[in-house]
Amino acid sequence: MSAPRSAAGRLLANRAFLVTCLLATNVAMLVLAVLLISIFWQGWDTLSWKFITSFASRKPSEAGILAPLMGSVWVCSICGLVALPLGVGTAVFLEEFARKSRFTRIVQTNIMNLAGVPSIVYGILGLTAFARMFGALGTNVDEAITLGNEESLLFLRLPFGSSVLAGGLTLMLVILPVVIISTQEALRAVPGSLRSGAFALGATRWQTVWGITLPAAIPGIMTGAILSMSRAIGESAPLLVLGGLLLVFNTPENLMSDFAILPLQIYNWAGRPQDDFHAIAASAIIVQLAVLLLFNGVAVFIRQKLQKPLQ
Amino acid sequence: MDGSGRLPVFRWIHHVTALPSNPATRDATRLGRPKSVSARVLRERIIVGTLAVAACFSILVTTTIIVVLARETWGFFQFDEVSVGEFFGSIEWNPLLGAEKHFGIWPLVSGTLLVTAIAASFALPIGLISAIYLSEYASSTVRATLKPALEILAGVPTVVYGFFALTVITPLLSKLSPAFGNYNAMSAGIATGIMILPIVCSMSEDALRAVPRSLRDGAFALGGTRFDVSVKVVVPAALSGIVAAFLLAISRAVGETMIVALAAGGIAQITANPSAEVQTMTAYMVQIFLGDAPAFGVEYKSSYAVAATLFVMTFVLTMIGQYILRRFREEYD
Repeated sequence: MSAPRSAAGRLLANRAFLVTCLLATNVAMLVLAVLLISIFWQGWDTLSWKFITSFASRKPSEAGILAPLMGSVWVCSICGLVALPLGVGTAVFLEEFARKSRFTRIVQTNIMNLAGVPSIVYGILGLTAFARMFGALGTNVDEAITLGNEESLLFLRLPFGSSVLAGGLTLMLVILPVVIISTQEALRAVPGSLRSGAFALGATRWQTVWGITLPAAIPGIMTGAILSMSRAIGESAPLLVLGGLLLVFNTPENLMSDFAILPLQIYNWAGRPQDDFHAIAASAIIVQLAVLLLFNGVAVFIRQKLQKPLQ
Repeated sequence: MDGSGRLPVFRWIHHVTALPSNPATRDATRLGRPKSVSARVLRERIIVGTLAVAACFSILVTTTIIVVLARETWGFFQFDEVSVGEFFGSIEWNPLLGAEKHFGIWPLVSGTLLVTAIAASFALPIGLISAIYLSEYASSTVRATLKPALEILAGVPTVVYGFFALTVITPLLSKLSPAFGNYNAMSAGIATGIMILPIVCSMSEDALRAVPRSLRDGAFALGGTRFDVSVKVVVPAALSGIVAAFLLAISRAVGETMIVALAAGGIAQITANPSAEVQTMTAYMVQIFLGDAPAFGVEYKSSYAVAATLFVMTFVLTMIGQYILRRFREEYD
C-alpha cells in the first residue's frame, strides 16, 4: 500500500484531497460562469425586440431570428407530441406489464444502445426514412403524392422532404430513448405497496397503472419529459443532415413547410469569420439559453413542489 | 321465461333503463368501466397490445438504422474508386480535393480519437473528483447549488459549446502559444470535455450514492479518514457504475458533431499534435450534408460508410458499458 501510515500523514492526505475536490468542483462552476459572461458580453448589445421579431438578412445589423425561433417551436412541438406518448407507453409496458423475458431484456438493452447512438446517425435515419421514405415513392419533389389542400394546416406530401414534420419525427427518434429511460426510473420509484393495494381491491393491471401508478409517477415523468424536450430544443446535428442550412424567410404554415431552427441559425452565424455575425450568434444563444433556463426552472419547480414522498 | 314472468327482451330493457338509477353502477358507468369481466379482459388485452407495439418501435428503429447504414455502405463499396481494403488499409482521406481520391478511414478515426482523448483526459478526472465531492463531502446546501449548475451545463446545446470554443478557448490558446491556429484539436477537445463533464459527474455520483451506508460506517469505525473511506472503499465499490459512466461519456464525445464542425477544422490527417487542425468523422459528415458534394456521388455515399463506422464504434462502447454494469455490479441490498 502506498498510503502514508502515520495518522498525521493520513490527515494530510485527507486535507489535500479535500482541496483537490474543491478545485475540481469549482472548475465546473468557473466554466459555467465564463461561458455565460462571454456570451452575454458578446451578444447583449445586439439583442433587441427587433432581433427576435425580424427575418434573416445578409446584413448582420438587420438580421433576426423569427423564422428559426418559430421553426424550433414547430419542430419541438411535433417531436414532443409523438415522443412523449410513445416513450411513456413503452416504459409503462416494460415496467408494469411485461414479464421478465428474453424479449424484454432485448428491448431494454436495445433502448440503452439507442441512447448511445450519436444524434447525427439519427439524422441519416430521418433523412432516409422520413424525408425520402427509402426512395420508395420516387426521389423527385414533383412526383410527390399530395394529400389535402396546400392551404390547410394538415396538408401532407409523401415523401415528407425536409419539412417541419420530417424534422419533428427525426428529433423524436433522438429523444425517445431518453423519455423511455426517465419514465422507467419514475415508475420504478413508485413503491410496490401502492400497486399491491390496488390489486387487492380487485383492480386490473391497467386500472392500477392508470389510476394509481401513473398519477404517483407524474412528477418524475414530467421532469424527464421537460429535460428531454430541452435536449430536443438544442439538438442540431440531425436536422442539419435532414435539411442543411436553409435560409428561410417565413414562419411554418403547415406540416410540410420548410423550416430553420435556432441552433442551426447559431451554427450558421458562428461559422462565419466576421465579428458582427459572432455578435448576433451570441444574441441568438442568449435567447436559446433563456428558453432552456425556463424549461430547467419548470423541471426543478415540479421536482420540488409536486414530488411528495410516497414511502 | 323466468320467475319474474317477463319476456327476456323486457328484462333486457329493464336492465338497460334501470342502470343509471343504481348509484354503484352509475358511478361505474361514469368512470367508463366496462361491466362484464370479459369486456374488461378484452380492453386490457387491447391496451397491452398497443403498449407492446410501442415497445417494439424501438427495435424497429435499431433495425432500420442498421439496414439503412449497411445498404448505403454496400452501395458505397460498389463504386470503382473504393474497396474495402482501401477503406481500412489506406491512411489517406481526400474525397473532395486532389486529382486522385483516397478513401482511407484512419485519418478521420484519428481526428475523432484525438479530440476524444483531449476531452476525456480532463473531463474524466475532474468529473469523478467532483462526483466524489458531491457524494461524500458536500453538505446538502452545497449540493443544492452545485447540482442545478451541473444540470444547466448538461442542457447547454452543443452548438453553444462550439461557439464558446471558437470565440473564447481558441483565442486564449493562441495567446498561450502561437502554434494554435484558428482551428485546432485542443480547442474542440476542451469544449467537448466541458460538454461531457456533467455526464461523468452525475452518473458517477449516482453510482457512488448507491453504495450502502454500512460500508462507509464500517470503514469509519476502523479509523479511516474521509479520504480513506471515499477513495479506498466507496469508489472501488461503485467501480462498475463509474466505468459505465466513463464509457458513456466517451461515446458521447466520439459522436459529438457541432463542436468539432465549428472548432476543429477540416483537414483529415493522422496526428497526435493537439495544435493541429483535424477532421473528425462527424465533421466530415457535416461537410458532406451541407452540400459540398453532389448527392448520390461517391463522396456523398462515403458519408454513409463513415456513419456506419461511427455507429459501430459507439455501439461497441455502449455494449462494453452494459456488460460491465451487468457483470461486475455489486449487489448490496
